[in-house]
Amino acid sequence: MSIWVGNDTRLLVQGITGTEGRFHTLQCVQYGTNVVAGVTPGKGGQDVEDIPVFNTVREAVADTRANTSMIFVPPPFAADAILEAADAGIGLIVCITEGIPAHDMLRVKNGLAGSTSRLIGPNCPGIISPGTAKVGIMPGPIHKPGGIGVISRSGTLTYEVVHQLTAQGLGQSTCIGIGGDPVVGSNFIDCLTAFAGDNKTTGLVMVGEIGGNAEEEAAAFIRENIKVPVVGFIAGLTAPPGRRMGHAGAIVSGTSGTASSKIAVMRDCGLHVCEELGRLGEFCADIFTG
Amino acid sequence: MKLHEFQAKELFAGAGLPVPEGRVADSVQAAVEAAEALGYPAAIKAQVHAGGRGKAGGIRLARDRQEAQAAADAIIGMTLATAQTAGRGHTVRRVLVEQGQQIKDELYLSILPDRATASMMIIASTEGGMNIEEVAGTTPERIIRVRVNPLVGLQPFHLRQVAFGLGLRGDLFKSFCGLLQKLYSLVVSRDLLLAEINPLAVTEDDRLVLLDAKVEVDSSALFRHKDLAALHDPSEDDPLEAEAKKYHLNYIRLDGNIGTMVNGAGLAMATMDIIKQAGGEPANFLDVGGGANAEMIENGFRILLSDPDVRAILINIFGGILRCDVLATGVVEAAAKVALKLPVVVRMEGTNAEEGRRILNDSGLELITADGLQDAAEKIATIARQL
Repeated sequence: MSIWVGNDTRLLVQGITGTEGRFHTLQCVQYGTNVVAGVTPGKGGQDVEDIPVFNTVREAVADTRANTSMIFVPPPFAADAILEAADAGIGLIVCITEGIPAHDMLRVKNGLAGSTSRLIGPNCPGIISPGTAKVGIMPGPIHKPGGIGVISRSGTLTYEVVHQLTAQGLGQSTCIGIGGDPVVGSNFIDCLTAFAGDNKTTGLVMVGEIGGNAEEEAAAFIRENIKVPVVGFIAGLTAPPGRRMGHAGAIVSGTSGTASSKIAVMRDCGLHVCEELGRLGEFCADIFTG
Repeated sequence: MKLHEFQAKELFAGAGLPVPEGRVADSVQAAVEAAEALGYPAAIKAQVHAGGRGKAGGIRLARDRQEAQAAADAIIGMTLATAQTAGRGHTVRRVLVEQGQQIKDELYLSILPDRATASMMIIASTEGGMNIEEVAGTTPERIIRVRVNPLVGLQPFHLRQVAFGLGLRGDLFKSFCGLLQKLYSLVVSRDLLLAEINPLAVTEDDRLVLLDAKVEVDSSALFRHKDLAALHDPSEDDPLEAEAKKYHLNYIRLDGNIGTMVNGAGLAMATMDIIKQAGGEPANFLDVGGGANAEMIENGFRILLSDPDVRAILINIFGGILRCDVLATGVVEAAAKVALKLPVVVRMEGTNAEEGRRILNDSGLELITADGLQDAAEKIATIARQL
């Protein structure tokens, strides 16, 4: 009923002893996620609410068989943390950290190319399979187990979408925030490919925003490969050109990356595009149950 | 973070790249003295963070003292609005005075990280001096794109692809390859998001000169480049945007009259869209972030209200990390301090939303609470129609 995180998830938290790391680790535990270890260099041997802390990811993996990592390490050290997790054989790395230098991410992305690790983020809310595992900072209670997959570049906008789906009785299989940075570990197509292999996912919602051409490429992929109905939404219809709208990737330059050009391509590829965020839940109910 | 042309050229000169001899001047007299010292012809160039300065009258050539005086007089103090400043003018406080060059040919060269392929991209063209997006649109065959794996780094074959692509031969070929190598190293070592040389001039005596320079530094990497961080020019920022930055708020001023305060960049953009779809015009983008506290909310609210164009406010918060009761407390405190008179629509959902609504209701403030996003949109539309 889900992709990438679920009942098999054995979570490790890098940066567990920081304020945010600690807070969100406990939120994940409370949701029911199996958190097996934390890593903070120099604090090995301590514990956070009975979760053992290790100095290195390799030690943590050897001791606890952790298979997923969630990263709260500050930006100057985050690239190193991602590469350390990959080196230790962690299968899924979810990096929450915002503000990692672009050149660091270029090296990380190419460094991961030959490994078996998958990276989600950085600068993302994480991933949740409602009812089984939450690996991220999203509020758990707005989710409901079900068959809709959600993929988004944003954080709170994803919560808004999920909230509306749940209000319509539409549960979710897995919700993924891929992150708002120009270079992210997993893109829309990586997520779509995984959802295509999950026969319990009966519909998809793709939440994009201005800038780049990831939504256009995803739309072309959907036309060829996705059999379930897909609802699309793009934030930034009114964003002025040349101004970066918060996310490092969200910028309209010249005529490329505009919301209207993205929407046109998505419609061409057979997606059901909703332009009014306030009615997205109802719109999805019509598409998925109508 | 954008650099001024003169700052970019100092950075380039420090890396051994050929830039024209020049001086920065902040008065007409200093500009004339600089031109006299450098010799004529001299170029007088406005130093603002905006492309397209030439067409807007921000760059002039002077052949003698009188022309230098007239050019500096016209440029210093002018408000420069170019095709790339989105309607907002920049006041020119400084000019760069440079030695004029005898130019035979103009090339284009830029290096930037390419998001789609996670590689470094070198873009070059024989059509220098033009807007590169126009060249890409009309004559795409004249644009050379070479991608470099950042882990492998720049190799000799990359240099050959670019240099032969530009049709360079002999000594010019060699000096171009040396220049590109230095520029590439600079972009990587100084965390640049863009280094653009347009034009890269070929002089009558076959030298390469970086006539114009546009550089953007990765703001996220300034922690390891203190010297570059010091180059930030706050006078180029909108005063409210600069104020917001102090409180770690992400604020962008726009032209409308409905202020917005939202947590999260994507939701903030979508909220602007909702206002527009409801028939209003957003006055700003304001993302208070996921971890905002009551003080940040208060400062954000204060900044919204200090924009004289703002006539109504829509607050849209989806509480996750940011709890709704914290938001509500911040709003109430700020409203009390500024003696709020504008209509404010508040929509809150998520963590502690009930408690947040109770705080707003008990505050005695005339806040309009919305139930859901669609309701918020309709309420702000009603207000917008009455403005």
